[in-house]
Amino acid sequence: MEILDLASIDRDFIKAVEEESGQDISLCYQCGNCTAGCPYAFAFDIPVHQIMRLIQVGQKEEVLRSHAIWLCATCETCTTRCPRNIDVARVMDTLRIMARREGMVSEAGIRRFHDDFLDSVKRHGRVYEVGLLLKYNLQSGRPFADAELGPKLLGKGKLHYFPENIKGVGAVKEIFERFAKKRGL
Amino acid sequence: MKGDRYAYFPGCSQKGTAVEYGISSRKVAEALGVELVEIEDWSCCGATPAHTVDRLLSGALAARNLATAEKMGLATLVTPCPACLVASKNALELAQDDESLKELNELLDLPFKAEIQAKSLLQIIFEEVGVDALAQKVKKPLKGMRLAPYYGCLLTRPPERAQFDDPENPISIDRILEALGAEVPDFPFKTECCGAAFGLPKRDMVLTLSGKILDMAQQIGADGIVLACSLCQQNLDLRQGQINSHLGTNFEIPIFYITQMIGLAFGFSSKEMGLDRHAVHPDKLLKKWEEKLKE
Repeated sequence: MEILDLASIDRDFIKAVEEESGQDISLCYQCGNCTAGCPYAFAFDIPVHQIMRLIQVGQKEEVLRSHAIWLCATCETCTTRCPRNIDVARVMDTLRIMARREGMVSEAGIRRFHDDFLDSVKRHGRVYEVGLLLKYNLQSGRPFADAELGPKLLGKGKLHYFPENIKGVGAVKEIFERFAKKRGL
Repeated sequence: MKGDRYAYFPGCSQKGTAVEYGISSRKVAEALGVELVEIEDWSCCGATPAHTVDRLLSGALAARNLATAEKMGLATLVTPCPACLVASKNALELAQDDESLKELNELLDLPFKAEIQAKSLLQIIFEEVGVDALAQKVKKPLKGMRLAPYYGCLLTRPPERAQFDDPENPISIDRILEALGAEVPDFPFKTECCGAAFGLPKRDMVLTLSGKILDMAQQIGADGIVLACSLCQQNLDLRQGQINSHLGTNFEIPIFYITQMIGLAFGFSSKEMGLDRHAVHPDKLLKKWEEKLKE
């Protein structure tokens, strides 16, 4: 068992997670139901119930730099099964948002995928799948990843070479711009 | 209710990799007398990426469509896609708070009242049309087809938000398939996660998780898997070849949308239901079925 120095408890962090997620973290009694049901637990560096415990003891850096918070697929199994009615998936979401804000993202690839996805929405109003795939692959330095899927999609009307913008693309762009202004980004 | 008009939100994938889900959804709804009015110039709901950036941004992207539907005078948004459904429900949940509703409206260019509700097309078919009405329309029962019902994660979870079926042992797809005349075995992995949206950034993990679902389907002797999510379909069908190379397996399990199976039983051709657009061709199963029908 790891012994924590009391001074390392970041109370502001505990409060921030509780406020932003709207969840009472102290309710968690470490039953492990969330971890037991988590489909991605096998790939997590810190299992979900331990993430919850680390929040309770204010270990900001360890939590926000974990890979686990990015590997969460938001399948809501943990939330569904929590006997203390904590929306655990919402807590994980909150931690990702905080990790972005604090510059502590450990899974750059996943963050980039999310960013590229939203960039596609901002540009076209809808996701342009081929564009997203190409952009993501190029930035990841593996331009031909998933190339073998092409023949399975070609000729079936499932691939569009060129983006088709919606009429209200300007309105969607404005949502992003007003949001950025509001958050001072 | 039958005869009601619904605000239809197809979602981006219905224009691309899940085009057959959109086509079969529209045709089946029409056959059932469920009127789907497409939301004018709809935009992306933000899906999973938006809520990892900010809850308000995610809410606003989904709210643009909800607000348009409200402007069109429609009371319920209906989507075939579970991820779009969750985004819409999250936006409505956020809007319950007056301050958040005000913030959402500040980001939008049209008024959002948050008076609309959101449901999946599966829920409309199961609860409002009902399995008895479905059974009455069956022209070609799915005799001899042993189909594994697969729900994935988001359709019924968490129960307070989903307000549909059971989160641990959902039965809507089971009952629909039974009404269509199929044999529906107990599928122990019906709510396991397929790996979700990590196909690009964490492909191996998606292949591992989806591989387990295919393996279980094979173990229970299923001829195919039937689901209601375009992302699950993509992971299980389009990536089935990758799964085979990754795990050293040789699965060849057709993966169907629930609407395609309803359509087949209603007498639509496999081409009309877009079955020719799948990566794993269901020809063998369809041939076996046609022969069974002649018996």
